Amino acid sequence: MIKYLLKRAALTLPTFIALMFVTFLMIRLVPGDPIEVRRGERGITPERLAELRHTMGLDQPVWKQFLDYVWALLHGDFGTSIVSKTPVATEFFTLFPATVELTLCAIIFAIIIAVPAGVIAASKRGSAYDQLMMGVALVGYSMPLFWWGLMLILLMSNTLHLTPVSGRIDVIAYYYPSVTGFLLIDSLLSDQKGAFLDVVRHLILPTIVLGTIPLGAIARMTRSSMLEVLEEDYVRTARAKGLSIFRVVGFHALRNALIPVVTMIGVQLTTLLAGAVLTETIFSWPGIGNWLIHSIERRDYPALQGGIMLIASLVIILNLSMDFIYGLINPRIRHGR
Amino acid sequence: MRKTTRFVTALLLGTMLSAGAASAKSLVYCSEGSPENFTPAMNTTGTSLDAARPVYNKLVQFAPGTTNVVPALAEKIDVADGGKTITFHLRKGVKFHSGVNGFTPTRDLTAEDVIWSFARQSDKNHPYAKVSGGAFDYFNDMGMPDLLDSIKKGADDLTVVMTLKEPNAPILANLAMDFASIQSAEYADFLMKKGTPEQFDQMPVGTGSFQFVNYQKDSVIRYKAFDGWAGKPKVDDLIYAITPDATARYAKMKANECQVMVAPNPADLEAMGKDGDIKLLQQAGLNVGYLSMNAMKPPFDKVEVRQAINMAIDKAAILKEVYQGAGQPAKNPLPPTIWSYDDTTVDYTYDPVKAKEMLAKAGVTSLDTDLWWMPVQRPYNPNAKRMAEMMQSDLEKVGIHAKLVSYEWGEYRKRLQAGEHQMGLLGWTGDNGDPDNFLFLLSCKADGTPAGQNIAKWCNKDFDAKLLEARKITDQAARSKIYAEMQAIFKKEAPWMTIAHSTVFEPVRKEVSGYKVSPLGAHEFQDVDITQ
Repeated sequence: MIKYLLKRAALTLPTFIALMFVTFLMIRLVPGDPIEVRRGERGITPERLAELRHTMGLDQPVWKQFLDYVWALLHGDFGTSIVSKTPVATEFFTLFPATVELTLCAIIFAIIIAVPAGVIAASKRGSAYDQLMMGVALVGYSMPLFWWGLMLILLMSNTLHLTPVSGRIDVIAYYYPSVTGFLLIDSLLSDQKGAFLDVVRHLILPTIVLGTIPLGAIARMTRSSMLEVLEEDYVRTARAKGLSIFRVVGFHALRNALIPVVTMIGVQLTTLLAGAVLTETIFSWPGIGNWLIHSIERRDYPALQGGIMLIASLVIILNLSMDFIYGLINPRIRHGR
Repeated sequence: MRKTTRFVTALLLGTMLSAGAASAKSLVYCSEGSPENFTPAMNTTGTSLDAARPVYNKLVQFAPGTTNVVPALAEKIDVADGGKTITFHLRKGVKFHSGVNGFTPTRDLTAEDVIWSFARQSDKNHPYAKVSGGAFDYFNDMGMPDLLDSIKKGADDLTVVMTLKEPNAPILANLAMDFASIQSAEYADFLMKKGTPEQFDQMPVGTGSFQFVNYQKDSVIRYKAFDGWAGKPKVDDLIYAITPDATARYAKMKANECQVMVAPNPADLEAMGKDGDIKLLQQAGLNVGYLSMNAMKPPFDKVEVRQAINMAIDKAAILKEVYQGAGQPAKNPLPPTIWSYDDTTVDYTYDPVKAKEMLAKAGVTSLDTDLWWMPVQRPYNPNAKRMAEMMQSDLEKVGIHAKLVSYEWGEYRKRLQAGEHQMGLLGWTGDNGDPDNFLFLLSCKADGTPAGQNIAKWCNKDFDAKLLEARKITDQAARSKIYAEMQAIFKKEAPWMTIAHSTVFEPVRKEVSGYKVSPLGAHEFQDVDITQ
């Protein structure tokens, strides 16, 4: 097992190095630099531009900048933001809990709805329900998130007044220091009555919006996986034995059908972690998606590089953990058979 | 199963219907982004300057909603030596905020704080010069290093003497800008001894109407009212809810989650105007949008060609189509809200036939050229691409075939500055309400070459001489006369086609009173009240 894990870890190393190189290069290929982009209409004298570029180390040859960057990375230094002058890792881990909290809520929301919907659609194959569910799933999967978010705000917040428009908490009513960065936990730790429920209220719309695409994908995957399993001999046998439909579908079929679904949930989770940009923008959600977009706009090279590397590291660790779990579950994977 | 369903339903309904408890009088301002830091001298973006403004004061300030310079921390100002020596008499008993970041001030504002605030920007060996990156853009851009000879303590602790290398009339307007905010030297020492000087720019201490409480990146900035020299503000808590998307800001306004918002989406203005819960305030913007013609590249080196371009483009159609009524035609490089604006200027009339004749006289019967448009929306130009397309079509009618060109915003401005264009769209938003702050855009260096911001690359000795002359005169009437002459030179020479001065809109909730739209684009809350 240790050998297997070491092999998997060694395989991620080239990915990491390639990513480091490509990220560094791609960011510099984007026109404009951090100083130019800040100047607006006023312009800048060549002398002042040279002075500022020197201060930021941007006058160094690109290869030297890259080596400096790699050296710093090897020492665990992800750099300092050109814009805010704070360490990139500090900024990242300040904002990351908000993204994780939203992502987890979205994926849980998607699973709770998608799996039963997919199972029912499969067991009633060809029925009106099946057609409807899969139609809705397809619409959800292809929904433009920006439009969907705004429509929900208009309906739920501005018309029905059921949910807040955006943000993570009512900033007037509640104020307490951040302990974990996860407001669901921090609100419980605070002694402010009603804070937890308010955090939940703020989570409703962004959760629905962010969960819509994985919901569609998981529902469709559950249905097709269930359809395959329901054709298996052992399911027929179980039915022949006179087991209730609930037991056949819910116990025998679903457990086997869930294997590809779980894999898909893992993929969706990593995608959501890095890709909640639109949802975060619409709902003013202070997560890393928003932060990365601003870093691109401002050509904040260190923030962008550091942010991407940190996300990549987390995704690699997640994938490695998944490989480890697969290895534990299935010896054939572990032994490369 | 039923119990679980019932519980979940109850929880959802409960959470949906529960409302947060009301607190003291709070005002929420929907801002558009996170500040870079809280030291105005290090920032150039409106977002960052807005975030620091509640905390600080300057020696002089702009009266709310105007560009009039009025006393602030300095209650009296003496100008002597032909304008080269300015003596600031500070108010007595001005308190700094207490309790921020563990700091308790032991003294009131003195000359030491004023000198410290400018020395950080001017002295490269200052202990805080390199802290947080140390780029003091505005101080440099306003020419302070070349202008400032010294800044010293006067006869007592409450007197500051600023000596200039030469008289400079716009200096007081410059000092009312945010980069000239006064910070606490004692707080700086406190943090330096603590070994955390970088916190100086992250957790600000000032003398302003609101004391900094807390900042959560990309989320919220909190301030509380401070009973200082200017009196206690009318709201107890000021909260900046960072909301990057303009449509979301409007939705929050409608839901009363914020009461003032920045930068409304132009497409929402009509609905805002009809919304009974929202007051749509507006003011003529201190800006100008223009088309510059590169006078260093033929045939734009000929004044007749530049004048003909001015006549070939239908400005009224652009105002209707691009600004959609939210702007007024520009005939001068100065907006009409600035003193010395010359209303007697006669603008070029739209006359393609005459324009074609003038071009023919100048030897231009057919011309292939370029027309650059900005890739971003700016306060003075809501849609540069559309504007360029309209101009292209108009120019085609007089035999000028303009190829439309654009680059990424930073690159665009850099290339314009380098003079790569033949015709290019740009504009300007004023910093301080002084005419010099607009007319300097067309100035040239002493060696007769265009300064960087002069993208028309047009140099006129008479114009430049008058600009320098006006800087040395303190009498406003005399300066106005010179600026009127400069506007006449500009109009005759036509290095730009002045297009429009846009209108600035600011929506506030109906419960808000006392809010004034700043022509400078600042957002200020000292005098704002709210009915809750």
